[in-house]
Amino acid sequence: MSNKASDFIEMTVPAKTDYVGVVRLTISGIANRMGFAFDEIEDIKIAVSEACTNVVNHAYTELEKGQIRVGCGVYDNRLEIMVVDHGKSFDYDDVNQSLGPVEGKSVEQLNEGGLGLFLIESLMDKVEISGEAGVIVMMTKYLHRDEVEENVDRTSPAPTQ
Amino acid sequence: MNLQIRHEETNGVHYLTLAGEVDAYTAPKLKEMLVPLTEVKNTQIVIDLANIDYMDSTGLGIFVGALKSTKKNDGTLKLRGMTERVKRLFEITGLTEVMDIDNEVKGEAR
Repeated sequence: MSNKASDFIEMTVPAKTDYVGVVRLTISGIANRMGFAFDEIEDIKIAVSEACTNVVNHAYTELEKGQIRVGCGVYDNRLEIMVVDHGKSFDYDDVNQSLGPVEGKSVEQLNEGGLGLFLIESLMDKVEISGEAGVIVMMTKYLHRDEVEENVDRTSPAPTQ
Repeated sequence: MNLQIRHEETNGVHYLTLAGEVDAYTAPKLKEMLVPLTEVKNTQIVIDLANIDYMDSTGLGIFVGALKSTKKNDGTLKLRGMTERVKRLFEITGLTEVMDIDNEVKGEAR
């Protein structure tokens, strides 16, 4: 039942900072339509923006005029978002080691970048990163709609006008 | 999808009031305003984030950079008025430990 996306939305935008907000707003609209809570939508917005910002900053050289491809699978119980580029890939294990909260670091040791992937992993329920020609970031956020509906039923039915 | 920055100086303290979104697109505008201030010796900067609707790691990165730069120049950088959302970002990343954050609302005597 939940292994086939009921809807799939795809968009391709130029890999420029100008369009990161456009992708963010689109995904926000989809998540809103699916019934995600306010805080969850905000989490999704940040995660998607981080993935797109990474593409803008790291995937392509200045001359390449690359693209960000975003795919969105809408399922009964979850939203899957894929952010794909065709730029240079990176060694995930290498990068992952330098990620993380700033625990125990002094101000001088802090890195101005590197928080993006960490935030994606913190804010989404599942994250997979792969790719040889380019990078694919696949992230999933689960809907907890069922529990909410049960609670609603138990208290009072929605008033009908 | 934009960022407004108001800059005031009172008794040598620079107050930056931000409103809107801090992301990769608006970041250069914030950097352009903030970085030169942090490079002045003994400067005091207070940044108000109460009207920030959206912020991601690009914004966090700018504040980390600004903090480093002020420290190097014997200045101070304070962030205040964060919404719950923005506060959460600083908490998740552990930046609450190193940044000077004051989220008390002035005039709210409790």
